[in-house]
Amino acid sequence: MSVTAPDLLTSDKAPMTLTDERRLTQLQWLESEAIHIIREVAAEFERPVLLFSGGKDSVVMLHLATKAFWPAPVPFPVMHVDTGHNFPEVLAFRDATVERLGIRLEVASVQDYIDDGRLRERSDGTRNQLQTQPLLDGITNGKFDAVFGGGRRDEEKARAKERVFSLRDEFGQWDPRNQRPELWNLYNGRHRPGEHVRVFPLSNWTELDVWQYIGAEDIALPELYYAHQREVFERDGMLISVSDVSQPRDGETVEKRQVRYRTVGDMSCTGAVESDATTVEDVIIEVAATRLTERGATRADDRASEAAMEDRKKEGYF
Amino acid sequence: MRTLLRLATAGSVDDGKSTLVGRLLYDSKSVLADQYDAVERVSRDRGLASADLALLTDGLRSEREQGITIDVAYRYFATAERSFILADCPGHVQYTRNTVTGASTADVVVLLVDVRHGIQEQTRRHLAVASLLRVPHVVVVVNKIDLIDYDEDTYTRVSDEVLASARSLGLYDVATIPVSALNGDNVVDRSEHTPWYDGPSLLAFLERLSPVGNPHSEPLRFPVQLVIRPQQAAGGEFRDYRGYAGQISSGLVRVGDAVTVQPSGRTSTVTGIDFAGEELAEAFAPQSVTLRLADDIDIARGDLIVTSRSVPPVTQDIDGTVAWLAEGSLVPGTKVLLKHGTRTVQAMVKAIGGKLDLDDARLLPADSLGLNDIGHVTLRLASPIPAEEYLHARGTGAFLLIDAQEGGTLAAGMVGDALLDTKAEVDAADGVTVPA
Repeated sequence: MSVTAPDLLTSDKAPMTLTDERRLTQLQWLESEAIHIIREVAAEFERPVLLFSGGKDSVVMLHLATKAFWPAPVPFPVMHVDTGHNFPEVLAFRDATVERLGIRLEVASVQDYIDDGRLRERSDGTRNQLQTQPLLDGITNGKFDAVFGGGRRDEEKARAKERVFSLRDEFGQWDPRNQRPELWNLYNGRHRPGEHVRVFPLSNWTELDVWQYIGAEDIALPELYYAHQREVFERDGMLISVSDVSQPRDGETVEKRQVRYRTVGDMSCTGAVESDATTVEDVIIEVAATRLTERGATRADDRASEAAMEDRKKEGYF
Repeated sequence: MRTLLRLATAGSVDDGKSTLVGRLLYDSKSVLADQYDAVERVSRDRGLASADLALLTDGLRSEREQGITIDVAYRYFATAERSFILADCPGHVQYTRNTVTGASTADVVVLLVDVRHGIQEQTRRHLAVASLLRVPHVVVVVNKIDLIDYDEDTYTRVSDEVLASARSLGLYDVATIPVSALNGDNVVDRSEHTPWYDGPSLLAFLERLSPVGNPHSEPLRFPVQLVIRPQQAAGGEFRDYRGYAGQISSGLVRVGDAVTVQPSGRTSTVTGIDFAGEELAEAFAPQSVTLRLADDIDIARGDLIVTSRSVPPVTQDIDGTVAWLAEGSLVPGTKVLLKHGTRTVQAMVKAIGGKLDLDDARLLPADSLGLNDIGHVTLRLASPIPAEEYLHARGTGAFLLIDAQEGGTLAAGMVGDALLDTKAEVDAADGVTVPA
């Protein structure tokens, strides 16, 4: 590696013109903020872990982590809470990514909890709500003191109030009325034994920012984020994929449609949207023009009540 | 190129802050159909004739129940020219700490005043917070002008009153805009109800506001977050790599620059600026980069790399202004942790220098500080830090006080007399004058 460009060593002779070029674009600003946050955690915590599902936000977060520590490898493992209802192509992408980066993957399995009776299947068969216990146990068993999540404040009203460094008590609970003030870029990650801190480096990103960054950085994603033909049926106004865990009921007809996913989660309650967006550029245009929020369009579990997410977050959900 | 602007809202309860934010989001088309449908549904359930836009921003159950905002909520909207991050801060007096939080990162404070009530205690307090935290711009939204039939004289009277109050707190770059958040007058588009007003709408004002900070006029300040030494973990090429990772707090760095490391005072030369495999010739605030230096000197997390042309002195004694944000009180003798840049040191409160009376920017004698108090303190540190006046260095002049046992954040701190600019004319018999 060449150390310097010789003509730049004479920096005193460089023109001192004041130019607007020396402003970060919004994406550069967001990237720099996220890298600062990720480095703070690596420096101040003993055992961080990054929640990695293969979903686009966690892929972007992991990409930022690789940039933050270059040329050293990412200095912490990743964890996935596997509902047992994941899209197979997302799991394959998850495994290929951690192998490429040489990162350790820990899996907390909802299926294991159901098999041995620690959790019971819900009457509606969906499993997003069941992730909380395996997640908290995974954090405790791994002795993790900082947990990176890909949550964004633009996703939902309760998330809009969450700090970048969000303290959880020994039960993993979030107390929205008792959050630490977060000043300047001076993050306070101090916590007592048993407590941990959830850290959200993408707090200030919007869905559009994430997509523009994926385009700018040429980041690979699971293929189902782009338009493809898929067998789906309509339920509660959402297009659900036909799979082992999501079969049409009486009156629900299966059709082949051109769809893509805006979020990936439990297959049985994550809806696809009709789309012709086959490239990242197409998706950016589509997201910019959409009239529905990401979660409103695709997540049955968040529609349940006005405060569905707030309640789940208080219990320790990510 | 789209740039970013950070705003913080402020104002008293019932000044219509949530409505204004809802209006900004809605009229800038940042509210999506399902969000709006939810607001309409809830508004109908409550027997309201039209959608209450304030509901767009109240996120927590208790906030909706009480009809007030409790915690800072962050909102995102964008126009063709700019993206905005809006910290929607609660107006209630007991949540002043959230206004401090929002203002600490804001480029502009949007302060609401109810035109019928004029300046309230909270208005003045929030102006003081904006001044104290050196928020570069303040715009005062004189709201609810529909309720005074768009009367110019009333608006002008309130506007003059606000500007005078702002000046007394050292704020000179303040704009006022007549607005009805409820009806959308002068929020996104100019209103036809205010022909006597020839300024921009609020959104147009925010779009045109000049960006903040100039890397050229400020000295390099680079707090080291961590040392990157891959050793065996990297390929042969990087086995001996040693770089200092951080986010530039102020100024500009170029390859070849002479730098000094504080608090050790050691000097070296920048030989490389790396960003994820890319070699840069220069970098500027607020970029996150990794610096390589010519000499193998001892540098660790917590050190501050600065330009050798302007080296801040190190000290173990800090005179500062603190906004006390915790329930307990701050008294002399209290031991705390102080976080400055990337360094955390033990600190002891030696003396309380007084408490600010925000009504007339005077320093009153005080021997303790309680929740929401802003006052002067003298601190003794266990080890030296390169402290700079916050007045001149928003990055390296700021610090946190942290509870050493519980870990909570106790105070927002600013090195020096943060209200230095105020020209408080004070009757000496009544209190200690804020130094002018």
